[in-house]
Amino acid sequence: MTAPPVRRRGRLTPLFFLSPYLLLFCLFVAVPAVYGLYISLHEWDYLLPGKPFVGLDNYAALFDPDSPVHDNFWTSMKATGVFTLGSVPPLVVLPLGVAMILNRRFPGRTFFRAVFFLPFVLGVAVIGVMWRILLDPNLGFVNHLFGLDIPWTTDLPWAWVSLIGITVWWTLGFNAVIYLAGLQDIPRELYDAASVDGAGAWQRFVHVTLPGLRPVAVFVTTVTILASANMFGQALLVTQGAPGIETRTAIMYIAQEGLVDYRMGSAAAMSYVLTLALIVVSVINFRIFRSRS
Amino acid sequence: MTETSTHTLTRRGLLGLGAGAGTALLLAACGGGGGPAGPAARQSGPASAAPTAYTGPNVTLSFWNGFTGGDGPYMKKLVDQFNGEHPNIKVTMNVYQWADYYAKVPAAVTAGQGPDLGIMHVDSVATNAARQIVLPLDDLAASLQLAEADFSPPVWQAGTYKGGRYAIPLDVHPLGMFYNKTVMREAGLDPEKPPQTAGDYLAALEELKKAGVQGHWATPFPFTGTFQFTSLLYQHGGTLFNDDASTAMFGGDAGVQALTWLVDLVKKGYSPKNVGQDADVIALKNGKAAFNWNGIWTINTLNEVEGLEWGVAPLPQIGSQPAAWAGSHQFVVFKQRSQDDDKLTAAKVFINWISRHSLEWAKGGQVPARKAIRESAEFQALKEQATIGSQIDHLFFPPPVAGVADVSPLIDTAVNSAILLKKEPAAALSDAVTKADKLLEQNRKKYGG
Repeated sequence: MTAPPVRRRGRLTPLFFLSPYLLLFCLFVAVPAVYGLYISLHEWDYLLPGKPFVGLDNYAALFDPDSPVHDNFWTSMKATGVFTLGSVPPLVVLPLGVAMILNRRFPGRTFFRAVFFLPFVLGVAVIGVMWRILLDPNLGFVNHLFGLDIPWTTDLPWAWVSLIGITVWWTLGFNAVIYLAGLQDIPRELYDAASVDGAGAWQRFVHVTLPGLRPVAVFVTTVTILASANMFGQALLVTQGAPGIETRTAIMYIAQEGLVDYRMGSAAAMSYVLTLALIVVSVINFRIFRSRS
Repeated sequence: MTETSTHTLTRRGLLGLGAGAGTALLLAACGGGGGPAGPAARQSGPASAAPTAYTGPNVTLSFWNGFTGGDGPYMKKLVDQFNGEHPNIKVTMNVYQWADYYAKVPAAVTAGQGPDLGIMHVDSVATNAARQIVLPLDDLAASLQLAEADFSPPVWQAGTYKGGRYAIPLDVHPLGMFYNKTVMREAGLDPEKPPQTAGDYLAALEELKKAGVQGHWATPFPFTGTFQFTSLLYQHGGTLFNDDASTAMFGGDAGVQALTWLVDLVKKGYSPKNVGQDADVIALKNGKAAFNWNGIWTINTLNEVEGLEWGVAPLPQIGSQPAAWAGSHQFVVFKQRSQDDDKLTAAKVFINWISRHSLEWAKGGQVPARKAIRESAEFQALKEQATIGSQIDHLFFPPPVAGVADVSPLIDTAVNSAILLKKEPAAALSDAVTKADKLLEQNRKKYGG
């Protein structure tokens, strides 16, 4: 007679366990996302009494070359694209190499693990201002040290080299730690078996390590793409978008439009276009990894 | 403030206290009134108690601002002194980064959690008035008997919106020309006679160039490249906008002349290419540059550099008339869910008191907006501040139109592209003007201008 109540309770148990996250998810992700869609259909300043409905005008403006937002928006999308394309490959590949090295046994291993992770602990304000000073085209230590005369922060392509380099240095440790955890989850027996079958180091890497890391690599790639597409602080502090608005990223422009100029409808529309682009990229990313398996 | 004068003030304040109470009662009996009518809906009759005293029950005023730099401690000191002299008013000060402040305050006011009073930059006042964040202060100005003549016309006019007053000026912070005396001396220039005309300035730069010094580092960044550009724009007889800010005017001849002059500094080798953020002022400190047109706040920065021999002068007159960019901090009172007349009166007392004590504020690197203080011997004794303050009649502010600051990033971009030699000055400015006009039109619709 005790079985039915247990089962009945059991049906709801997962929901109870999920409810705290579900509540937060709805409150801070789902509801704002839908609300944002609603905002994007209006001319929206939350403090003005009138918030006229404008239909798809905010979206149409993004595709109308004569609108005040068109050039600014697409230049910023291009900047985000360039940064993402430039920063994701090194941020996926280099940390793997670092993780492989740090996974070996050698004296001072823990120290070096900390050293590689350390920059990630610093806030974007700290690393941004520090590198801006180090990379100053005329007074910076980097040019001084190497006897160079490179406009690291004020000209292309150098500004991108700087921003990507800074970001790789800064966040490499985070990806490396995740790879390291993934490496430690690969059973030792597989390596032993591979060695017994006569596999060399490279073959062990290709046929044991890489397949074993696939789920971790999907995670690292996806998270890195999203983080790069959301780049904001580095450009804001190091280049301020210079030269002109060439390094002003989509998030920087959206923040300006919505939170400084209070055109929140237009900013919301831009966010949705950016989101759509990121969804497409993420789907492609998952497809690529799935087709390999 | 010496101890004796503090006591005098307290005694005077106490005397005023009694008088104020009487006036308040009298006015309350008459059912309020007085003071010019404000444009926006006022929640109740104006509180017209005597300006220097508050006699009601104890009140706490929250005062928010963005004085995160060297200016913060000066304001804190003034607030502490005020609290000491006014037992029934307690002002608590909260400081945020300006960017956070401007985002936080409207949200807080909407949520009914807004501060009682705060500071805003002059070009934000109209926008926040249109968005009904700040309250009209016509009655406050009237009861404090403040008028244009007590300040200076541009700074007083800048705190209005659609004919109503929304802000009381605290200070102005103009650009000045800072110079490194050692560098000038080594290049054979007289450090006691900084160049003040276009001809002298270029001649000095030429002398410096011969001595191997790039005298004026032309920065492509808003601080203070954009400010230098707008100063030169007004010097050449131009303006940023027409009077009602319906059209951008900075792309005309004056604008092109102004920006070309700055770009030529780079082209003629008086400035290095690719000057980074803040590199211009660092170069002045390091003795790599002779001149730096920077804000009055630079006084404190340079004072901290040991052994640096520096001076400051008004901006040289490059165009047909003197002009200098300036910002201005202004007091505003925030809208509340329900109006508390006691708090309004106390806020009035506070604003008036700080305004009268703005000499202390000036020591933090500001020019007091109040004329009487600006012309006082004590302020004139602050040599650097007084020198920069001498430009008071040549300052300009954007027209008090809602959303006018939205155009700033476009000007910043034009200045940046031109000084980094990416675009010709005329092309860079005309691109910005095209976009600015569209923005201004959008804002006119949005704010019903």
